[in-house]
Amino acid sequence: MQHAQKAAHFIADEARTDWHDEALWFVRHKRDLAANSIPEWESLRECASQIKDHTLSNLANYLEQFEANARANGVHVHWAADGAEHNQIVWDILRRHQVKRLVKSKSMLTEECGLNDFLEQQGVEVTDTDLGERIIQLRDEPPSHIVLPAIHLKKEEVGALFHEKLHTEKGVSDPKYLTEAARGHLRARFIAAEAALTGVNFGIAETGGVVVCTNEGNADMGIHLASLQIHSMGLEKLIPRQADLGVFTRLLARSGTGQPVTVYTSHHHRPKPGGEMHIILVDNGRSAHLGRKDFRNGLKCIRCGACMNTCPIYRRSGGHSYGVLIPGPIGSILSPGFDLAKNSDLPFASTLCGSCSDVCPVKIDIHQQLYKWRQIVAQEGELPPVKKWGMAAAGNILASSRRYTFFGKAARIALDKLPRFLVYNSLNTWGKRRELPQAPRESFSEWYQKNKGGKRV
Amino acid sequence: MSKESILAAIRRNQPEARPLPDPPVFNRPGVDVLAHFCQMVHTVGGNVLYARDLESADTLFTHYYPLEKSIASTCPDYPGTVDWAAIAHPLDLETVDLAIVSARLGVAENGAVWVTEADCGHRVLPFIAQHLLIVLDMHQIVPDMHTAYQSIRIDETGFGAFIAGPSKTADIEQALVIGAQGARSLTVLLR
Amino acid sequence: MRIGLFVPCYIDQFYPQVGIATLQLLEKLGCTVEYPLGQTCCGQPMANSGCEQDARDTYLHFVSLFDSFDYIVAPSGSCTYHVRHHFDIIEQTDAVQHVRHRTLDLSEFLLDVLKIESLDAFFPYAVGLHQSCHGLRGLRLGKSSERVEPPFSKMKTLLGMVEGLQLVELSRPDECCGFGGTFAINEPDISAKMGKDRVADHLRHGAAVITAGDMSCLMHLEGIVRRQEQPLRVLHFAEILNASK
Repeated sequence: MQHAQKAAHFIADEARTDWHDEALWFVRHKRDLAANSIPEWESLRECASQIKDHTLSNLANYLEQFEANARANGVHVHWAADGAEHNQIVWDILRRHQVKRLVKSKSMLTEECGLNDFLEQQGVEVTDTDLGERIIQLRDEPPSHIVLPAIHLKKEEVGALFHEKLHTEKGVSDPKYLTEAARGHLRARFIAAEAALTGVNFGIAETGGVVVCTNEGNADMGIHLASLQIHSMGLEKLIPRQADLGVFTRLLARSGTGQPVTVYTSHHHRPKPGGEMHIILVDNGRSAHLGRKDFRNGLKCIRCGACMNTCPIYRRSGGHSYGVLIPGPIGSILSPGFDLAKNSDLPFASTLCGSCSDVCPVKIDIHQQLYKWRQIVAQEGELPPVKKWGMAAAGNILASSRRYTFFGKAARIALDKLPRFLVYNSLNTWGKRRELPQAPRESFSEWYQKNKGGKRV
Repeated sequence: MSKESILAAIRRNQPEARPLPDPPVFNRPGVDVLAHFCQMVHTVGGNVLYARDLESADTLFTHYYPLEKSIASTCPDYPGTVDWAAIAHPLDLETVDLAIVSARLGVAENGAVWVTEADCGHRVLPFIAQHLLIVLDMHQIVPDMHTAYQSIRIDETGFGAFIAGPSKTADIEQALVIGAQGARSLTVLLR
Repeated sequence: MRIGLFVPCYIDQFYPQVGIATLQLLEKLGCTVEYPLGQTCCGQPMANSGCEQDARDTYLHFVSLFDSFDYIVAPSGSCTYHVRHHFDIIEQTDAVQHVRHRTLDLSEFLLDVLKIESLDAFFPYAVGLHQSCHGLRGLRLGKSSERVEPPFSKMKTLLGMVEGLQLVELSRPDECCGFGGTFAINEPDISAKMGKDRVADHLRHGAAVITAGDMSCLMHLEGIVRRQEQPLRVLHFAEILNASK
């Protein structure tokens, strides 16, 4: 099913759509307040964009520098060409340590690799410890937003879920009560875990360390209690220097949630005494995407989610409508790179309004990339035939004044003369919820020739 | 080997060299960093105390933390109840009610403090305790994250963190809940 | 100064009054305006659908009609944006580059070229300004709400010159209307919902009239207003600037 059909399903519940839209618009609003408290906001965005542009242009060297520094710190560094290799590496590490219970904190990358399912098949109990991630793990569904995974759920639904799975009181949906229940439940998991795995917000080439930004404290609880710690990092998460963190830590939380900074910005460089630390560098299509001249900027993404919060389509259709792990505007420019045929509808799930590009802290030209992906979809023959032929016909008509004038007049006559039931029926998509324009007696061109004379050029 | 093939693919596909900008510096003449810091600590859900307002170190406990029995402190001026020699493993800190650690510096723009493992005893201490008290020299406050990162070395120890306020979440219908999985409260004690 | 008027295809066919108002307004301001016959379209419909190669001949036709003018003025932010930004797939001859640089939205022409500071216009109504996305974020006709910079708006400046006009504040001053060209057909439900929400915002804040610089947005919003039988008039801003006592 394509985005349009899934979106129609979502939006059929108009009250719920309004609720979802308002919730995300509020996050966008908080972002605006936070951004406006920083007079130098736009120059920070420009700086972050340039740091990322530079890093991508020198990525191989920085990766080697990063690995060398990490190894010098006593950290094991692994390279995974794809998701399957990543999962195997994780499993090999866990198996060597006879790990049966793993706690994880937020990592879209590990979802991309399908890590949880893989490890569960090997008999490892995997607990996602970020509250939103735990909620959707218990519901056995994917996140609908990369930062706010359970934004599509009402508290009553979480209450019912926790009653069933965590034995909280039936019918109680107070977020404080539910969060407290999760605290106790997850604390037990941290205590029992034998290993912990996190994602990475930023890898620092200069020092060989990784930075993990969270609000709940779950990543640190897991990582510091288990002697075995693993960090899964997408190649593109690298930045050159410690000093560059000054720029990104000022932009990330403000863009994503409107907070001045995440509660915890943890910098991991060396294993704890008696512990072991692993970093897995994952490609999984990133090096290929780097070669796509028009689309490589998508790799600058710091996964803040601001584009989703501002997108009027995302807010009214929900993350699950996109059918891909990372939804919304950024997802619609990254996913076609992975699988053009499957994701050919996503660049069209947009009006090209440009709001996403204006909130992106690293200035990814999202809406311009959406336009360019549309051209690729058409060139690769992935447009539905009706659309393809329709546009070829339109191109033919609109290139010729004579044909244009003829068809324009025909359309006006039809609109004026045809009975309503012929115009407004199931074939008329526009007419489902809108009136068509009223047909004027004459076109501008006809009026001009009558009143102003004028020669054909 | 994956490493070689990945690096080769990257080298093939990298765009042409782009310059790396200098880290920005923003001069903020006349800004009262201490006042701004205190305001932001409150904004992120924390509290501020002044050591000079405490009659004695004991007042801190009797007045502000009367209920907290198990206190793990790495700050000699405010000794706790936990015997560090008896802590063999981070899990032994699971029942700590209040952790007291020193921070190296504070950041005015967001109320964050920089804490390293050298200040924590065990890395998990600031996260596993129910409540967190940070002791900070009020002269060690910088205006923003740029100056913060210029003032520290993030790899000086194996672990360091900026901590801004108590743990929190809004994952359930965007309702803000203070005290998610880390500390339920955070107080900065300025001296 | 030779000024060529470009009247977008849907204005030509369905909203000729907007073209007439634009022409009359420019003539009132002392301009001699020519309307080269045989114009068709800027090519957006094909290009936004992914078929920009099918639009090449339309682009060439446009250039051939307009390359002799000093300025090409269009009452359309989206068409102007398309010519300036997306005519890059045809050979960049002198004529093409000239046309790309000299095609202006009406608001740009009035303020940046004619540099008008007043208008003899009268429109005593509560007006909601819909800031069309291509004009706002594409041509930067105003500060978008996402950006942190001093506020400015060409449209508001011009509407501010109209006697009696009261501009209403909206909850979401620049959220997209949901038209998006073929988006309105491909994703009709979201498109209609976005339009409905926009209209509701204007009504909630007491607008009697919705205006914008793009008739495409207005065609979509008007379609919704008329279907929902709501008490709102929808007018292109050229019609408002051209309104007199």
